[in-house]
Amino acid sequence: MYKGGKIITSLIIFVAFLTFPFFYNMGKANAGPDNLVANTKITANLQCVESTEYMKANHMQLLNQWRQAYVRDGQTEYTNSQGKTFDVNLNTCIECHATGATSHAVGLSNPAVKNVGVSNSSVNTSDQFCVSCHNYASVEPTCWSCHSGPGEATK
Amino acid sequence: MSINRRQFLRRAGIVTALGLSGSVAVTGLRGKIVEAAAEAGYKTSSQALNAKHWAMVVDMSKFKTEDDFKKVAQSCVSIHNIPDFGNPKDEIKWIWEDDYEHTFSGGDNEYLTDSFKELPFVVMCNHCENPPCVKACPTGATFKKPDGIVDMDYHRCIGCRFCMGACPFGARSFNYRDPRPFIKKIDPDFPTRTPGVVEKCTFCVERLAKGQMPACVEASNGGLIFGDLDDPNSEVRKIVSTKYTIRRKTELGTQPSVYYLVGGGDHA
Repeated sequence: MYKGGKIITSLIIFVAFLTFPFFYNMGKANAGPDNLVANTKITANLQCVESTEYMKANHMQLLNQWRQAYVRDGQTEYTNSQGKTFDVNLNTCIECHATGATSHAVGLSNPAVKNVGVSNSSVNTSDQFCVSCHNYASVEPTCWSCHSGPGEATK
Repeated sequence: MSINRRQFLRRAGIVTALGLSGSVAVTGLRGKIVEAAAEAGYKTSSQALNAKHWAMVVDMSKFKTEDDFKKVAQSCVSIHNIPDFGNPKDEIKWIWEDDYEHTFSGGDNEYLTDSFKELPFVVMCNHCENPPCVKACPTGATFKKPDGIVDMDYHRCIGCRFCMGACPFGARSFNYRDPRPFIKKIDPDFPTRTPGVVEKCTFCVERLAKGQMPACVEASNGGLIFGDLDDPNSEVRKIVSTKYTIRRKTELGTQPSVYYLVGGGDHA
């Protein structure tokens, strides 16, 4: 190979550079979202809108459907696959999915991505249910920039 | 190593078939999972107030003092988290007070006294039958509901403000700044808005869905009459068909659903 040594050396350097983040972070496994259950308020009827598996995979679609139904079609009640009826409202979720211990200050925008006082944002100590996973997955829902956050709604 | 044309075509065909069938399988599977939960249904609440054409009559004889105006405006501000920026440029208006000259511009004669021109009127979104704002909206964020209400979906608003230019009544306001710090007391049961979103009166769709009348109607002591214009027995229909009412800028053909009952009393 013409100038093979240089090419191979450059390739090795290139690959090393490319994979640097993986090696750099090796062994420093992020703490996964483990405070999910702790962030659920135990209420009298601890039944979710749909099954946990379904909600884990499809809560975003369900929320979009709810939004469509409530805002555009004026349908404010949702009957789930077991025949149980829920109010189409974010507060329905928050009734259980927040301990309600913290109530964010007015003007502070987004409790769903709150990581105040947390050095490693992936290790979440907030009691906000959504944050537990969303910070870990680095997905920032903007729900709370308009909707009242956990622990705020009165009904 | 080289392949001939026939081999190339065959391989290309196989790859295409694989790709197509794969995507069909994947989307089909995903569809099934969503379907499983889609057996669930959405419906309107049994308490919801329904109508074919919601309309409002403003009985000006009931609006005599400054207090009458304030009361209705305040009832709206408090439940809809309307901010007060303290300057007219950023002002967010759902229901407000304007003078005769500006409310019914175009219809006045030149000999009107100043005192007549300055008569106060309650104004809000007219929920037109032909809403120009809905036509102007590029994202469908503002839309006409089957019950006649021109509603806003803040999720979809991109803040282009075409609707504000299209609305002949100035009934739409833009959030130039973050409204949250300027809301006196946040009602947690109604969302606030973000900067870059247009908002306006929605005839309290969220209250109608729960079987309640609009907040301003409740606070108005009979000054605002709300009902189904399509129903011959409703109060609004009776007033509109038997008494002299005026609407704003009818010459534009937007067909407002807010009627002003004037001459109903000693005022206006």
